Amino acid sequence: MTGMETLHFEFDGGRVLAPFEPALVGVVASGNLEVLVESAPGAACRVDVDTSARGFGAIWEAVLRDFHARHGIAGVTVSIHDMGATPAVVSLRLDQAMSAVWGAPP
Amino acid sequence: MTTVADSPWTRQRTNRAARLARAAALAGVHAKTVDDGAIVALLEALIEPGDRVCLEGDNQKQADFLARALTQVSPERVHDLHMVQSVLSLPEHLDVFELGIASKLDFSFSGPQSLRLAQLLGAGKLRIGAIHTYLELFGRYFIDLTPKVSLIAAQAADAQGNLYTGPNTEDTPAIVEATAFKSGIVVAQVDQIVDTLPRIDIPSDWIDFVVRAPEPAFIEPLFTRDPAQISEIQVLMAMMAIKGIYAEYGVQSLNHGIGFDTAAIELLLPTYGERLGLKGRICRHWALNPHPALIPAIEAGWVGSVHSFGSELGMEDYIRARPDVFFTGPDGSLRSNRAFCQAAGHYACDLFIGSTLQMDMMGNSSTATLGRIAGFGGAPNMGADARGRRHASEAWLKAGREARDGLPGVRGTPRGQKLVVQMVETFREHMQPAFVETLDAWKLAEQAKMPLPPIMIYGDDVTHVLTEEGIANLLLCRDDQEREQAIRGVAGFTPAGQKRDRAMVEKLRARGVIRRPADLGIDPRDATRNLLAARSMRDLVRASGGLYQPPRRFRNW
Repeated sequence: MTGMETLHFEFDGGRVLAPFEPALVGVVASGNLEVLVESAPGAACRVDVDTSARGFGAIWEAVLRDFHARHGIAGVTVSIHDMGATPAVVSLRLDQAMSAVWGAPP
Repeated sequence: MTTVADSPWTRQRTNRAARLARAAALAGVHAKTVDDGAIVALLEALIEPGDRVCLEGDNQKQADFLARALTQVSPERVHDLHMVQSVLSLPEHLDVFELGIASKLDFSFSGPQSLRLAQLLGAGKLRIGAIHTYLELFGRYFIDLTPKVSLIAAQAADAQGNLYTGPNTEDTPAIVEATAFKSGIVVAQVDQIVDTLPRIDIPSDWIDFVVRAPEPAFIEPLFTRDPAQISEIQVLMAMMAIKGIYAEYGVQSLNHGIGFDTAAIELLLPTYGERLGLKGRICRHWALNPHPALIPAIEAGWVGSVHSFGSELGMEDYIRARPDVFFTGPDGSLRSNRAFCQAAGHYACDLFIGSTLQMDMMGNSSTATLGRIAGFGGAPNMGADARGRRHASEAWLKAGREARDGLPGVRGTPRGQKLVVQMVETFREHMQPAFVETLDAWKLAEQAKMPLPPIMIYGDDVTHVLTEEGIANLLLCRDDQEREQAIRGVAGFTPAGQKRDRAMVEKLRARGVIRRPADLGIDPRDATRNLLAARSMRDLVRASGGLYQPPRRFRNW
């Protein structure tokens, strides 16, 4: 029996965001995930993933690279607690989290 | 019945008379009525080795008492039967092969028994003639697979043997017609014998024996989807279907597959569809089982008519109260008919939308997976262009124009085309990719020595592929390379999707072959469950004014 898998990604480039209130969306539940976006020092976009589904590192990288390309953000840390969400749900939650960061209505 | 003379032209009739005479001599057989304890002896008297036997196993309704009885006949007397039935659903449907009572099988769908069917085939316990669609198998009942003995299920009989099949009529008329009019024998299990039937669905002179089963026939609530389980991604895809396909083509007549994806569409009509001003413009006429998820749309006045393959448990009173929408008898209850509804879905519907387990880069899709022989059911009839269709509609003409625009010669002859939409999230549960380079169907064909891979819907019939990433309109693709990239272009982060040619995908997007949610004016963040007209079973009950009564297992409040 295996436990959670932890993955770390860092993406360069993009515009450094002014400090903002942390944004939390989603829930830790089967097929779902929780995304926390926080201001961070430096000019990187760092993503830490805790996932119950092991062995999908390559897909996480593709999903997150796509997210970074879409939003072009830096100076942030994204923390993900995943319980086997599909890439579609992951992308949706990331976009919802960014909406919350911008303070825009969802 | 007068003569039993052995004319070379009446052998089937003579043989039938001999069987009936054997049966009449049994204890427990009183004219047409048979005691339940005499049923095994009756089957042994009626069935001869090598007979083609139809054991009514439908999508929902099962002749379960007769199925059990058939497993109890002596294999020394009754063997080498050729089973011809639409659905293998109960363990008994395969027990007859394991017990040496039957040896050959022609069927349509084996969902719950698909694993064991593959195992028995591998062990040489049975031979499969062919795997059919429903309509195709019913067709063969009248050509080269006519049953000699049919064992069917009805809700009630009267003393003469007239049958009331009730809301779940399903396959019964097709089976009985083929058997009774070709000197075959029909045995019906019924839940009740009554003095006066609510209505007559099958006349008594088509029926030879009636037995009251100790328990009512098993019926599966196959089409009930709890709205609580519909995800935001399914809401998003439903928005795309309504705005990007239904509205775009003006789809008036349609069939929905089984599943949460299409249930989400049904539940979005009175909310999202209403907001888009589409009421009356789309989704007027349905070939559909009475899906509880359609209740809010019906109540909001969206639905003109619904004809059904079968019924759905719990919907009886609701249907009875809405005869302007559903097909009902003079008694008020639903009359379903699988054969007619399949024909209607094939010829009279502008659109079919359903899901699949796997799709390849040509658009071929299959629910066959390794080690399982699941069959087809009705999807290939619904999900295929009706080449014999001649009546025009806005949706059919537009699809036909898109497919043929600019083609030379005979391929450019103007005609319409059915919209066949495959709606799949790019990854299924457990991160199984829905898009693959090669369907499991190919390997399965090899394993099971099938003449063709069991493809459910052929790529050249699929007009649109809808995923959370976008809609690929295959009608607009002019060659196989465009088609492949259009499919990869909506295949998300699956390995097949990541192998896309990005430049070509952007070109296809510019041409409108691929449309992303943003291209349709849809923001995925608007796709919340709040858009669902009902978010729980309880909401569905409320929407029905208390007329819908879900089976116990769906009562979660």
